[in-house]
Amino acid sequence: MKVNATINGMKRVLDVQPDEYLVDTLRRYNYLSVRRGCDTTSCGVCTILVDDQPVPSCAYLSVRADGKTITTVEGIPKHAEKLSEHFGETGADQCGFCNSGIALSVYALQKSGKGITDETLRHYLVGHLCRCTGYQAQHQAIKKYLGDSDE
Amino acid sequence: MSKSFKAVNVKTPSIDGKGIMMGRPAFTDDLALKDSLIIKVLRSPHAFAKIVSIDTKKAEELAGVEIVLTHKDFKRNAYTRAGQGYPEPSPHDKFPLDEYVRYVGDEVAAVAAVDEATALEALSLIEVEYEKLTPVLDFEQAKGHESIIHPEEDIYEMFPIGFDPKKNVAAAYSMEVGDVERTLKESDVVVEESFYTQAQAHVMLEPHTVNAHIDYQDRLVLYSATQTPFHVRRILSQTLEIPLSKIRVIKPRVGGGFGGKQAIHGEMLAAAITKRTGKPSKLTYTRKEVFESSCTRHPMRLDMKIGATKDGKITGIDCYGLSDTGAYGEHALTVFMVTGSKVLPLYNKVDSVRFHGDVVYTNTVSSGAFRGYGAIQGNYALESIVDMLAEKLGMDPMELRQKNMILENETSPIFEIMGEGTEGTAMNMDSCKLDYCVKRGMELIDYKNKYPKRKVSDHKVRSIGGAIAMQGSGIPYIDMGAAILKLNDDGFYNLMVGATEIGQGSDTILAQIAAEQLGVDVSKVIVYSSDTDLTPFDPGAYASSTTYVSGNAVLKAAKEMRSMVIAEAARSLEVDIERIEFDGEVFRVKGEDDKITLSDLSNRLYYNEDQKQLVATGSYYGTKSPPPFMAGFVEVEVDLETGEYDVLDYVSVVDCGTTINPELARGQVEGGIVQGLGMAVTEDVHYAKNGKLITSDMLNYKIPTNLTLKKLTTEFADSYEESGPYGAKSVGEIGIDTPPAAIANAIYNATGVRIKTLPVTSEKILKRLKDKEI
Amino acid sequence: MKIKNYHLATSLQDAYEVLTESRNNAIVAGGGWLKLSSRTIEKAVDLSDLPLDYIKETDNAVEIGSMTPLQKIVESEALMKICKGILPQAVSQIMGVSLRNLVTVGGSVVGKYGFSDVLTPLLAMNTKLVFYKQGETTLPEFLSQKGRTDDVLEKVVLPKTAGTGYFKKVAKTPLDFAVLNVAITKIDDQYRIVLGSRPSVATLSEEAMAYVNGKKSLRDEDLEHAAKLVRKNVKFGQNPRASQEYREELAYVYTKRGLKEVRDCES
Repeated sequence: MKVNATINGMKRVLDVQPDEYLVDTLRRYNYLSVRRGCDTTSCGVCTILVDDQPVPSCAYLSVRADGKTITTVEGIPKHAEKLSEHFGETGADQCGFCNSGIALSVYALQKSGKGITDETLRHYLVGHLCRCTGYQAQHQAIKKYLGDSDE
Repeated sequence: MSKSFKAVNVKTPSIDGKGIMMGRPAFTDDLALKDSLIIKVLRSPHAFAKIVSIDTKKAEELAGVEIVLTHKDFKRNAYTRAGQGYPEPSPHDKFPLDEYVRYVGDEVAAVAAVDEATALEALSLIEVEYEKLTPVLDFEQAKGHESIIHPEEDIYEMFPIGFDPKKNVAAAYSMEVGDVERTLKESDVVVEESFYTQAQAHVMLEPHTVNAHIDYQDRLVLYSATQTPFHVRRILSQTLEIPLSKIRVIKPRVGGGFGGKQAIHGEMLAAAITKRTGKPSKLTYTRKEVFESSCTRHPMRLDMKIGATKDGKITGIDCYGLSDTGAYGEHALTVFMVTGSKVLPLYNKVDSVRFHGDVVYTNTVSSGAFRGYGAIQGNYALESIVDMLAEKLGMDPMELRQKNMILENETSPIFEIMGEGTEGTAMNMDSCKLDYCVKRGMELIDYKNKYPKRKVSDHKVRSIGGAIAMQGSGIPYIDMGAAILKLNDDGFYNLMVGATEIGQGSDTILAQIAAEQLGVDVSKVIVYSSDTDLTPFDPGAYASSTTYVSGNAVLKAAKEMRSMVIAEAARSLEVDIERIEFDGEVFRVKGEDDKITLSDLSNRLYYNEDQKQLVATGSYYGTKSPPPFMAGFVEVEVDLETGEYDVLDYVSVVDCGTTINPELARGQVEGGIVQGLGMAVTEDVHYAKNGKLITSDMLNYKIPTNLTLKKLTTEFADSYEESGPYGAKSVGEIGIDTPPAAIANAIYNATGVRIKTLPVTSEKILKRLKDKEI
Repeated sequence: MKIKNYHLATSLQDAYEVLTESRNNAIVAGGGWLKLSSRTIEKAVDLSDLPLDYIKETDNAVEIGSMTPLQKIVESEALMKICKGILPQAVSQIMGVSLRNLVTVGGSVVGKYGFSDVLTPLLAMNTKLVFYKQGETTLPEFLSQKGRTDDVLEKVVLPKTAGTGYFKKVAKTPLDFAVLNVAITKIDDQYRIVLGSRPSVATLSEEAMAYVNGKKSLRDEDLEHAAKLVRKNVKFGQNPRASQEYREELAYVYTKRGLKEVRDCES
């Protein structure tokens, strides 16, 4: 089936199977930042934005992307780079397999314009599992990033 | 103690953090060749069975299927997946594919096809007839069970490890200092208890992933998400009988390992398939396969006895352990030995100490290496029973520890007796700030005011629990690290290391060590790690060895490079070497104006005069394994009516010598703490009656989230290990050890019930509270 | 899960026709739990092009279109006003934001999942369902129907009653299914007590409700008695998350606490 979608600002026509999920389609089309962690919507690794909302691409049927706007971390290089600087500052970098997904959720939160507290930020990101860091350094980095970007 | 540094022990962002965050291709699957064959594995539905017949005809005939492999296609070369130094202390008890299947999820056959759908369809077309055998599912019944899990004759141990497969024993060990039974008999107070630990899963977020192709020089090239590329190459060569020189293993970015990627998993099948077909192939484990068909932590039962005098001198410790290695014996002996050797020396003033027991086979998921590696199991048992002893003595548990624990310049006879699979190495604790760690930890958790508990509402209580721990820094005389430094034109360096970056930050900290010695900014040291063709040897990322062992190798190479560039500068400036002053960028002649920059010198060396390539190498192996130490304290809030509890704060004070990268070291500790909390709190493992793992996906196996604990407080002791690079010891594992005991102790302090089986679930707590009421 | 063909519905009528064409056809709502099933769908009917993604206030109700993602419920001010917002509160505890952006209220209801954290509060709030063919039905009635739903859910309707409410989810981690969930409401002086993730599907505790609703005023010992009735009369079971006994104990404790909170909130 043919799917017309705008991916990272570019109009693309994707050829997909009816039971294919976006994580597979996007990897097939070389959006390699989209990675599969658990395949049961439990880990947050494969998060992408569809119409600016974070969704797990391992459960998003590709056919549904027709007419949608898709953002992967390749589409927000400036934001990702800035966020990475904050990760570097707090030592939040470890394996980084989950980082691209986190960057997209943080970007969506930032775009939504919602104010954050420690508590709301943690709740917002609870779906992003990380087995390396213990979360605290990530949290500090993201908070600083959001604070910086507000100014 | 602390010295002044420029590149180490200062805040340094990871050298690769930006590219990873931006999603650049980095991980194994990102680098697979397009049109790689997709490999899928048919796995056993039975816990124990013999394959009577297997018919692959229909699968082979399916359009798009390239090859189907069964046990008939492999020569019977027994190997171990463990991924350890050679000869391995793990039994060679596994075949690439076998006529026996020994757990639900064991490999039966492999298919490679043009796409995943075809490969999966082909699996469903393979007809297998099994003769079901009686599985051994309870590890306490395994030894001497009538069902023999490894009846085959062509498996073997590489050297004596107590391997006795006819009794379902993969390894056995025993050691004793003094006469522990007598000591305990003569002790004023003795406490005795058994503890159980579960088969924790690693849950690194990148699943096991490999791809293979034949390159234009007709060599087999594998990209693998592995912690041990050199071991992978050796094991593939030995098992598949491909010359070592014909194999190249490249480790790209790895999405977490924690010991799970020390073993070799998909590499064997991918290598065999690409070798036979000549075509590129790739195999990515599904999350279910990661849970069901890789390795877990060894579940154990530890029977502890501890004795003391009335005034609180610990006199003797006796530990009998029974460890469950599952279907195969990866790390059977060594994990078991670490359960003693990296735990019992904490109380080094005992008259007697014994550690003994068996590691048995069962028809469950195989156990293997996992951060903490036996120490976390032993720590849970020992640090629980020390609290029990304190209560019986009427002493504060931390006071009891302070009175008996190992201190700087002391030793334990255990270091000499117990190594990993072999005898150990005697050593003094040249750096040990455990006393500071305990004292500082008590301050940070506000022990004085908060221990043991406070009531905060009619049904809620807050309490404190603590534990101390030690680990190691590599395996002496076995683990070696090597590094190559190359000077480039314009005056920057390449650092080639075998050391395996798996997300822990080793590339960054090794670059820092080189930069410190070379006097340059970290950005002038370009790191390339873990490629069996291009980098020097290294056993890999395990046993907390990278900072200490590989770090020392890098330091040696950097020292060598430093003298080489100084010699070249002296030659170009036409003065004696002794007269050269070098700050990393500029060479100056003492007392004169003559100078040359490193950049100019390099350009001269490669383009203009007296041309030569400068390359320095360094190799290092430890002659001791200086342990990092820590004290951990947890504050919990327990609901006495439901048994539920929140983890409010976890305080860690760690002595790992100099922190080469303070932020990344903190990351290692905090990540370890939270992974240890997972084992202590949330990570329950369930098997069905037929031996099938129920907790085989992330919906059902629950690792901690960012809400699992409220706060982490982490500090480092001011410590300097003379034998380490710039005073460093390793820090990869120490963080994981204390949470199980600290949690169990805190829960006891809150509720008066002691949980002796991990994880410490709210249901267990409430049940014990109810039992107490009756 | 295998999907052979995909059909983007053009109207409810069209969705209904395709769905009922074959037992092997199915409606795909958010698709969050599709992979947990091993069935093969001949034709997947997608409702995402229909105007079913809304939360609308009418004079006396709040209507939630069946294709509304759960995250919109979390953020709905209209729903916050009903029974102290236990529905948004309950839904906010389901996995993470990204999954809640995907899974829909319709899928959550029609799936009749035992683990659901959506059904428990809905059951405590006089919820009505509107199906395309069958028309309006109550949630308890729908849950009592066995077998497959051969109809298309159009919307979920909540009466706009202030009331008060309590919701508790007990789970090992915020990303886990509930060990047990409890919802208690008081609407027009009538208490409703719902136990979910027992682990089977949410249910009202009729005995405990009859008991508390029969009292003029509730003393602490009445709450305790009601909680005991829940423990005794509601059927709990075991699964790897908890034993039956532990669920019974949790049900007792949280019913007691919930009733107390709801009672004290009103007074």
